[in-house]
Amino acid sequence: MLRFTGVGLRYGAPARGSGPGFAGGAAPETLRDLTFTLSEGSFTWLLGPSGAGKTSVLRLMQCVLRPTRGEVEVLGVAVSRARRRDLALLRRRIGAVHQDFRLLPHLSAFDNVALPLRLAGRSESVLRAEVAELLAWVGLAGKQHALPAELSGGEQQRVAIARAVIARPALLVADEPTGNLDAAQARRLLALLIELNRIGTTVVVATHNEELLLRHPAPVLRLEAGRLVGAAGAEPRPAEAPGGEPGRDAPAPAPAGAPPDDARAPAARVSGFRHAGA
Amino acid sequence: MRDPDPVTAPAAPAARRATPWRRRRGPRRSRDPLGLRRALADRLLPGLVAAMALLATLAAAGGDAAAGLAARWQAGAAAAVTVQLPPARADAAETVRAALAALPDVAAARVVDPARLQALLRPWLGEAAAGMQTVLPLPVLIELHLTPEAAARLARAPAAEAAALAERLGTAAPGIEVEAHGLWVARLARLAAAVRGVALAVLALVAGVAAAAVGVAVRAGLAARRDSVLVVHGLGAGDGWIAAQFARRAARLAAAGGLLGAAAAVPVLMLLRGLGASLLAADGDGDAAVPGLAAAPGMLAVADLPWLPLLAVPALAWAIGWTTAQITVRRWLRTLP
Ligand SMILES: Nc1ncnc2c1ncn2[C@@H]1O[C@H](COP(=O)(O)OP(=O)(O)O)[C@@H](O)[C@H]1O
Ligand SMILES: [Mg+2]
Repeated sequence: MLRFTGVGLRYGAPARGSGPGFAGGAAPETLRDLTFTLSEGSFTWLLGPSGAGKTSVLRLMQCVLRPTRGEVEVLGVAVSRARRRDLALLRRRIGAVHQDFRLLPHLSAFDNVALPLRLAGRSESVLRAEVAELLAWVGLAGKQHALPAELSGGEQQRVAIARAVIARPALLVADEPTGNLDAAQARRLLALLIELNRIGTTVVVATHNEELLLRHPAPVLRLEAGRLVGAAGAEPRPAEAPGGEPGRDAPAPAPAGAPPDDARAPAARVSGFRHAGA
Repeated sequence: MRDPDPVTAPAAPAARRATPWRRRRGPRRSRDPLGLRRALADRLLPGLVAAMALLATLAAAGGDAAAGLAARWQAGAAAAVTVQLPPARADAAETVRAALAALPDVAAARVVDPARLQALLRPWLGEAAAGMQTVLPLPVLIELHLTPEAAARLARAPAAEAAALAERLGTAAPGIEVEAHGLWVARLARLAAAVRGVALAVLALVAGVAAAAVGVAVRAGLAARRDSVLVVHGLGAGDGWIAAQFARRAARLAAAGGLLGAAAAVPVLMLLRGLGASLLAADGDGDAAVPGLAAAPGMLAVADLPWLPLLAVPALAWAIGWTTAQITVRRWLRTLP
């Protein structure tokens, strides 16, 4: 579950959680009075013009930023009261796709995707197969050993997506994840996100892509100048009830020779994912 | 535990064969996810630490040598006391010697051979020394060796103990003059202790400067790899994992510098020791009248290098690199959630 309670964010302020001491700052707040709850297993679109604060909201959800005031609760952990050690463990259960990919420039595509598993202490023999499979699924089987600088923007974005989902996160936040993808790749990504959501992952996607919205109607959080607008966005609920049991009615595995662009492929591939609890 | 895993062992060579450049690129890079091999000053830090290590080794060796000299002087010279008998009482030499030898503080007493005394004076008086005997009679010298307990007492409180000893000897054999080497040796020992204190202070200062150099290098590395650190932080890497990346690299560089510095110190130390040994060898044949220095040449043998500081300095450099990097990185990370 994801709960924002009276959240305010001011960049440059000493972020020490809630408290009355931050009102006097000169800079205007980037985020103001955000209060909403996203239930476990929900799928939410985060919309708003550039500069509205979408990335900031996602960073708060990813627990790499503390609110200046108010409380953010992620996967049952109140961020302002959590110890740093516990926040690090919490972040391992959150997948994030960044607008600017944020791949490690010194690691190959393979090692970038493998990093979350290595941080979690998974054995190399298990990890190797999983990473290779996921990279193959995002269409980068032949580029496992390429450095990010040797990949196109779209390829980097796919590596970033693979890295975000490899550890089967309980929460996935994606910041304009289709920005560098063509229409077909964007559809495949959406199918992956929907499938992850179907097996229980809470998904939040910031996007400008109207076509995606039409393809997958879901509750919307609309930001404008750091505030939530529209009553509908204040308390979004999942459009469809998420399937209770992970993988309950997962389709049969795709045949080995399925073309990569087959819309069924992502569903078949990720149906094996068991998310890391919620 | 050396048994290969039955499941993975056959797979590994196959995987290597399938992707021949994997060994060259993949695993090696994956051990350096933050790219610190480039970011953490590759030459500057080891160079600085090497200079520090050279200074530290020389200081430690100097302090060591001073301490060793002091100990030997005290053990050797404090144990020896020279008693002088006026020439007029030359015939009583044997009686006085026996009386002194009977004292509880004295282990042995020996009358110095007049021929040797003349030999000692020859450089100043030339051949006239032999004829001088009748004109300017030489005093009789009696050499005493104190018991270890008495020598230790003299080394501890030279001034007071020398006076007390002189009084005891004077009571046993009236009319003698006592010269305890302990007094000037004690002053030399105090000088050696001061040298040793200075050496320790230099060591502490050098360690502090080395830590500062590592701290600056690590902060520069953090600045250069800020984005990468933020990424792995976002992926859930703990402070310990991130700090260990930097600490491993910094410790390795510092240890390399430490080894380099210690290695550079070896020829310097050998040169100094060689000079010291030849100086003392030219000075005389280990004369009993200067027993403190008589003990020294053995210590200044070329092969006898101060191995403890030589080995401790690289280890210390490693520890300084590791600890400083850990503290620096963890402090920086505490500004993140
Ligand atoms: N690290 C930062 N430091 C200071 N200001 C920032 C930082 N990140 C974002 N901002 C500011 O916060 C506002 C919202 O930015 P952002 O959350 O990136 O919006 P969006 O993703 O909707 O475009 C912008 O005005 C931006 O300038
Ligand atoms: Mg943004």
